[in-house]
Amino acid sequence: MLEIRNLHANVGGKAILKGLDLKIGAGEIHAIMGPNGAGKSTLGNVIAGREGYEVTSGEVIYRGKNLLELEPEERACEGVFLAFQYPVEIPGVNNTYFLRAALNAQRKYRGESELDSMQFLKLVREKLEILHIGDDLLHRAVNEGFSGGEKKRNEIFQMAVLEPSLAILDETDSGLDIDALRLVAEGVNRLRAEDRSIMVVTHYQRLLDYIIPDVVHVLADGKIAASGGPDLALKLEEQGYTWLEQGGIQAIEAEARV
Amino acid sequence: MSIEQSTPEQPSVDHFVQQKYRHGFVTDIESETVPPGLNEDTVRWISARKGEPEWLLEWRLEAYRRWLEMSPPDWAHLKIDPIDFQAISYFSAPKSDKDRPQSLDDVDPKLLETYDKLGVPLHERARLAGVAVDAVFDSVSVGTTFRKELKNAGVIFCSFSEAVKEFPDLVRKHLGTVVPPRDNFFAALNSAVFSDGSFVYIPKGVRCPMELSTYFRINAAETGQFERTLIVAEDNSHVSYLEGCTAPMRDENQLHAAVVELVALEDAEIKYSTVQNWYPGDEEGKGGIYNFVTKRGDCRGDRSKISWTQVETGSAITWKYPSCVLRGERSIGEFYSVALTNNFQQADTGTKMIHIGKDTRSKIISKGISAGHGQNAYRGLVRISKRAENARNYTQCDSMLIGKSCGAHTFPYIEVGNPTAKVEHEATTSRIGEDQLFYCLQRGISEEDAVSMIVDGFCKQVFRELPMEFAVEAKALLEVSLEGAVG
Repeated sequence: MLEIRNLHANVGGKAILKGLDLKIGAGEIHAIMGPNGAGKSTLGNVIAGREGYEVTSGEVIYRGKNLLELEPEERACEGVFLAFQYPVEIPGVNNTYFLRAALNAQRKYRGESELDSMQFLKLVREKLEILHIGDDLLHRAVNEGFSGGEKKRNEIFQMAVLEPSLAILDETDSGLDIDALRLVAEGVNRLRAEDRSIMVVTHYQRLLDYIIPDVVHVLADGKIAASGGPDLALKLEEQGYTWLEQGGIQAIEAEARV
Repeated sequence: MSIEQSTPEQPSVDHFVQQKYRHGFVTDIESETVPPGLNEDTVRWISARKGEPEWLLEWRLEAYRRWLEMSPPDWAHLKIDPIDFQAISYFSAPKSDKDRPQSLDDVDPKLLETYDKLGVPLHERARLAGVAVDAVFDSVSVGTTFRKELKNAGVIFCSFSEAVKEFPDLVRKHLGTVVPPRDNFFAALNSAVFSDGSFVYIPKGVRCPMELSTYFRINAAETGQFERTLIVAEDNSHVSYLEGCTAPMRDENQLHAAVVELVALEDAEIKYSTVQNWYPGDEEGKGGIYNFVTKRGDCRGDRSKISWTQVETGSAITWKYPSCVLRGERSIGEFYSVALTNNFQQADTGTKMIHIGKDTRSKIISKGISAGHGQNAYRGLVRISKRAENARNYTQCDSMLIGKSCGAHTFPYIEVGNPTAKVEHEATTSRIGEDQLFYCLQRGISEEDAVSMIVDGFCKQVFRELPMEFAVEAKALLEVSLEGAVG
């Protein structure tokens, strides 16, 4: 579903992604791990189309289209969703109103009919049930006065309503305590689907105890340095990222060949 | 729908003309405009042209003589090239029908496009574009039905000029009692050369049966450069008045100096709403209108209430401070404002709440939005006089900046002369951050819609106070005015 070929990207004039290749199939969950500054968040932002990220070469092919040729809102309408690491507040704009505007914008793009407030409210309540989230966030302004956990929950809630086919979770676990983490992870698990690919960007193995990935990639020095199964994440947890630099990957690959 | 238009009567014009000629008056009174320049003769000419009584002419002349002794205010946060007051023409008659566009086909298509964007009803577009009335409207006049209802209620709503002729005592009693000509430079100028405006009188105990809009004002002449409006609400009466319109108002005359006086007697309430979109000038800021307005409400009676609500998105320069004098005990003054400056617009606007009586209350909610290279200043005065026992004021002053080249400034003045007063002032400044915009984009919302949404959330508190149709128009107006503000 998603194929990234030789992606090079600069941020503030500095080269961050240096020839990244990645393939994610439909229905798969891929984890992207790596040390600070490796380019994990950059990858998510480049796919979503954030300003300030300059792509110098490469392609991001998604369901046959090169995303890099589309505006950010078009990419969203094509089914790309980025769950932000630091969700921003939008005072005065009601959360429900905002989400309905977003959903209808996407539906319009796809040639579907827009939902009126009644229909939308019904949809919203269904999703809240699936996620076991209370409805108080419906009445508040977007992320205004939300705690860290509430903000992350709001991201997952939006994901549930917008039903993206490619969801990128950018360090969704950062700033969360164990209980909040579990809640968010459960929400994500309930949103797994055959036609949905999920990219989980994370520092720590911890989240991957709850959201079990199909493939784990390690992003180091602007490229995918290694890929493996869930046990790769466990190994990293054990040994730390420096282990990679010391030739740890060859050891794993050697084991795998046996 | 048609609007009745009767030509103003001009009784005894000849009589005036003969008299004025004795004083060296040369210009033909029948002409459409006066040559540029302002002197006593110009004032006399205007008064004679309108067929005004002697007392009003004297009142104008007195104001003119005052004006000569005054100079324009220079304390505002505004960069204005010096205005040559002798280069301006101070009167122009309404266009005759043959000089007007004969149908919408004759109207500038860009203007029609704006009407479309603003959602102006089809039947209103022709009127707004100045199309010759008879060519468009049928004989059944909404204006007439409106007038009948008002007549039954005893409400007077007519043009100022008409009021001078038909209700001179009422006009004379109240004119200048809220904004005396010597109040400021532009009030003096307006008092000398005012063209026309509205006169509203609500008798005791009457609740005006409908919102009064300048659209329905009989003999609605061209919106003048120097509008003069007077609204008097007797004991226990109530009126809601709507001024302005969202369609961009172009005027060859760049200088506008209006005066609005409101008088609220015991237990009376006046709600005055303005949605104004004077031509702001082109993207370089050239050719826009300079709007210097003096608006004041006198809460003369006990328990009276005056509310000002405004949405200002036009004009190259805006200088206005709709104010309330809280004289009556337990009187209330309110000011709700959204002021937008985009491109090279400048605004120095705010309010004055003067607490004089006991137990008075005032509330100020000001929302300033700056975009492009706009400069937006809020200037507010809350004055609690020595004898104003138990006064309360709440002021909330919020600024929003869109983009990197604009400015927002706040100049609050709080003068408290009585120790029992409670005055609260809150202020916030925010930017529409790139983060907020990207958040919306990433959810599929277009940039334009995102900005509208965020700005609308910001202005909610003020839009809530507008009569409904105005609120819908105001939202649309804000969206149109913000086009191209981001990026």
